[in-house]
Amino acid sequence: MSFVDFRGVWLAYNDELLAQGHYAVEDISLQVNNGEFIAIVGPSGCGKSTFMKLATGLKMPSKGTITIGGAPVTGPLKISGMAFQAPSLLPWRSTLHNVLLPLEIVEPYRSSFKNKRREYEAKARDLLKSVGLAGYEDKFPWQLSGGMQQRASICRALVHEPKMLLLDEPFGALDAFTREELWCTLRDLQAAQKFNVILVTHDLRESVFLADTVYVMSKSPGRFVVKRAIDLPRPRDLEVTYTPEFTDIVHELRGHIGASRQKTGSPSAAVS
Amino acid sequence: MKVSRRVERWSPLIVLIAVLLLWQLVVVAFGIAEFIFPSPWQIALQFAEFQSALLEAAWKTFWVTMLGFALSIAVGVMLGFLIGSSRLAYTALYPLMVAFNAVPKAAVVPILVVWFGIGLGPGVLTAFLISFFPITVNIATGLATLEPELEDVLRVLGARRWDVLIKVGLPRSMPYFYASLKVAITLAFVGTVLAEMTAGDSGIGYLMQTAGSQQRMPLAFAGLVTIGAMAMAMYELFSWIEKRTTGWAHRGSQAT
Repeated sequence: MSFVDFRGVWLAYNDELLAQGHYAVEDISLQVNNGEFIAIVGPSGCGKSTFMKLATGLKMPSKGTITIGGAPVTGPLKISGMAFQAPSLLPWRSTLHNVLLPLEIVEPYRSSFKNKRREYEAKARDLLKSVGLAGYEDKFPWQLSGGMQQRASICRALVHEPKMLLLDEPFGALDAFTREELWCTLRDLQAAQKFNVILVTHDLRESVFLADTVYVMSKSPGRFVVKRAIDLPRPRDLEVTYTPEFTDIVHELRGHIGASRQKTGSPSAAVS
Repeated sequence: MKVSRRVERWSPLIVLIAVLLLWQLVVVAFGIAEFIFPSPWQIALQFAEFQSALLEAAWKTFWVTMLGFALSIAVGVMLGFLIGSSRLAYTALYPLMVAFNAVPKAAVVPILVVWFGIGLGPGVLTAFLISFFPITVNIATGLATLEPELEDVLRVLGARRWDVLIKVGLPRSMPYFYASLKVAITLAFVGTVLAEMTAGDSGIGYLMQTAGSQQRMPLAFAGLVTIGAMAMAMYELFSWIEKRTTGWAHRGSQAT
């Protein structure tokens, strides 16, 4: 049985749009196995973020069913952690206390937070250490570089040990070298902890390097047009991104994006 | 670099002394009469002569203002919390509050006198009425400027509205809150003096009113200076607390 199961999911943001038949996403079906890393790529405004809201239970579908972890989704899913393009750390909290924030909110950590504070702090420190932020725990967010802030943001998404990590263009604002470093950080975290990842991105190389399966989404209507399994062997090294096999897959996916964009009549845009 | 830093530090005092010297010079040079525009020196002499009366009046004005100000913090924060956290409350209450804030408070004092009589009531209430609005608006703004992504991150974890408000909204609105306190405290002094002048039986406002009607301009000016000094001291106090508690919001200016 798959861990994430979307069957014929449609979403219109409000009743008015529903009546007019304007859907943000249409007929989404996908099955994700336990521990699978999937990436969703597509042009901006194609409904990738809407998909995220559906997968976390922040939005309910207008039509269709979503099952996650064997249970139908009826509200916000506490087994998931989220990170976005903006790290959105709280400037008045140190890095450590930013990472601890979810534990102050989500059960069962919430009720035991006061008693087990030391234990949780140690846990957060370990996590920060594993992404290379040892020694920065007591610094404030504005004292960290953009890449470090994003690492902390990913730690915040992972500290309550979610079964599913949702990332919405998490590396979009970083320079190319930092981005590749963070790809490796994410790869290692996922290899060690085996959580599910849904990565929304418009960077094709990123999706191919990291994911087991890549879905290509088209813009208006927001539909999945291609599902592509990435069978490059793991663990993958950054070197793999320079091999012909890798480039071929990226090329192939790029072709699908071009095709899905031609319907709207716009020329191809730069996709790195 | 170092010299300019030192100049910056002492610049308020330098400007103050320069203004006083210029003032003295103008009054002496043009031979302006004391009962029209007294010189700083004459005002200083009044301070020496009426020291105890001025101190007593200042003390009275000070604690009436503090009472009104405390009231305006309590009410201002609660109202700000309400309209900042609920869109319905915002839509429903904001127009009324704007209208209320536009009412000249000088016109309200006689009404307060009818209700509460001469004495404490009108002073405290005028100080409150004139100063709570900026606090409310600033708290509401601070609460309303929450990034939607961060809200999603927390809502997924099952955070209730209250959690988001306490963990994120309230700390975020603190810099706005302190900024509003600095505005509000000066307004509160204006309110108290206003009430004392129209309907008081003590305090700096009353003293100035009496001195003015007896053509004792230097004493009236001494009252003005006293008010100014108290407001300045309170302003500095809040600046100091602000820097201590919300340094994260002012890192740009500290880095230089």
